[in-house]
Amino acid sequence: MPLWSELWPAIRLTLELSATTTLVLLVVGTPIAWWLARSRARWKEAVAAVVALPLVLPPTVLGFYLLLFLGPFGPGGAVAPLFGLRTFAFTFFGLLFGSVLFSMPFVVQPIRNAFEAFGNRPLEVAATLRASPWDTFWSVAVPLARPGFLTGAVLGFAHTVGEFGVVLMLGGNIPGRTRTLSVAIFDYVNTLRWSEAHWIAGGMVVFSFVVILTMFVLEKRIGRLRGG
Amino acid sequence: MWRAIAGAALAAVLGLGATSARAVDVPVAVAANFTDAANEIGRAFEQRTGHKPLFSFGATGALYTQITQGAPFQVFLSADQVTAKRAIDERNAVAGTQFTYAVGRLVLFSKAANVASEAGLRAGTFQKIALANPTAAPYGAAAMEVLRSLNVLAALQPKIVQGDNIAQTYQFIDTGNAELGFVGMSQVVAVSGGSRWVVPDNLYTPIRQDAVLTRAGANSTAARAFLDFLKSPEAIAVMEKYGYAKGM
Repeated sequence: MPLWSELWPAIRLTLELSATTTLVLLVVGTPIAWWLARSRARWKEAVAAVVALPLVLPPTVLGFYLLLFLGPFGPGGAVAPLFGLRTFAFTFFGLLFGSVLFSMPFVVQPIRNAFEAFGNRPLEVAATLRASPWDTFWSVAVPLARPGFLTGAVLGFAHTVGEFGVVLMLGGNIPGRTRTLSVAIFDYVNTLRWSEAHWIAGGMVVFSFVVILTMFVLEKRIGRLRGG
Repeated sequence: MWRAIAGAALAAVLGLGATSARAVDVPVAVAANFTDAANEIGRAFEQRTGHKPLFSFGATGALYTQITQGAPFQVFLSADQVTAKRAIDERNAVAGTQFTYAVGRLVLFSKAANVASEAGLRAGTFQKIALANPTAAPYGAAAMEVLRSLNVLAALQPKIVQGDNIAQTYQFIDTGNAELGFVGMSQVVAVSGGSRWVVPDNLYTPIRQDAVLTRAGANSTAARAFLDFLKSPEAIAVMEKYGYAKGM
């Protein structure tokens, strides 16, 4: 099936990018969310605002800055030679970097909310039982915040799948490496290959529906387990 | 008063009807490579006729897609002949209005000295070479043709990055993210320094760029006037300044 062999690299790349972005964001985003939820620093809302910026910024702004930042005349160009590159633009890493920034609020915010939701009490109880902060975090905070992690991971993944502007500006449309599904659709539409565009676009609608539905159902189920 | 008379006289010279005395906007879809020339020609056209062209720039394929979906462009300046002809075949443009307004020239360009040359292309000692998306942008298709003509396509394939259109392609080169790339002569004609190789005509099919009056512009005298103005010596002088060869 020629269409499939043409689409598969874009599908695989999109899944890889989204999965890696989600993993990175869970690792990077969790301490940020924890700090935002627990800190009493006056300026923490300023940090929260910076994390949330991509919600409001046009992707083109991020794409523009990233292109300069990752390019040979920016900081990225200073590091790239270590990897035998001149620029991180047009690479998987470049896309990953952009996606992590772009999807960060979708992961950090739900986790932060979850951390805030259970309040100080469980942590204080753990402390009186002589649990170390590290132990408390892993055996009390994380399990309690599980719905937040789940929501964050699903949203981060889905949002990266749907990313377009940053990839278009930064990717260079290389088949199998930076040509994601959203860019492929754009290409197919522009070259009037609408049957291909329909296949991907329709698939995306179904995918998005399933993702959101799954999330709603899971959230409800977890909520019910809690309640019971 | 004098200006009004002069304007009317010019309008008459340009073959406009009496109705054209009222200045109107003319939405024009322009292939990205023609951006600078179009802006300059547009200013001259506005001075002459009072009509104001409103340019939308993009990849030829992208612009035509919008036209098929009822975009209000009255004139379509394609970067090729195929898309212009297709517009007429699919009744999105008025039959008999197609003509070649310019012939584009392809240039291999780099911001660094001694990089963009035939020898440099054959040596392939660079990491990224930029060209416009060959399926959507005629300059990209021409660039692929050059790589094929020189038998270096297979070797360079992994190094190719694609701009969505020729403007983004140049941007990749200008930001240094690609060391070199194929762009239109018009984009680098005013740029000094760097290195460039004007690709010889025999390595690719001439990039004949055709214009058509779209269905949306069928009844617009101002749109027809703009098409006519593209054939005027004044407009041709601008195109030559930007490195285009004469179309007609």
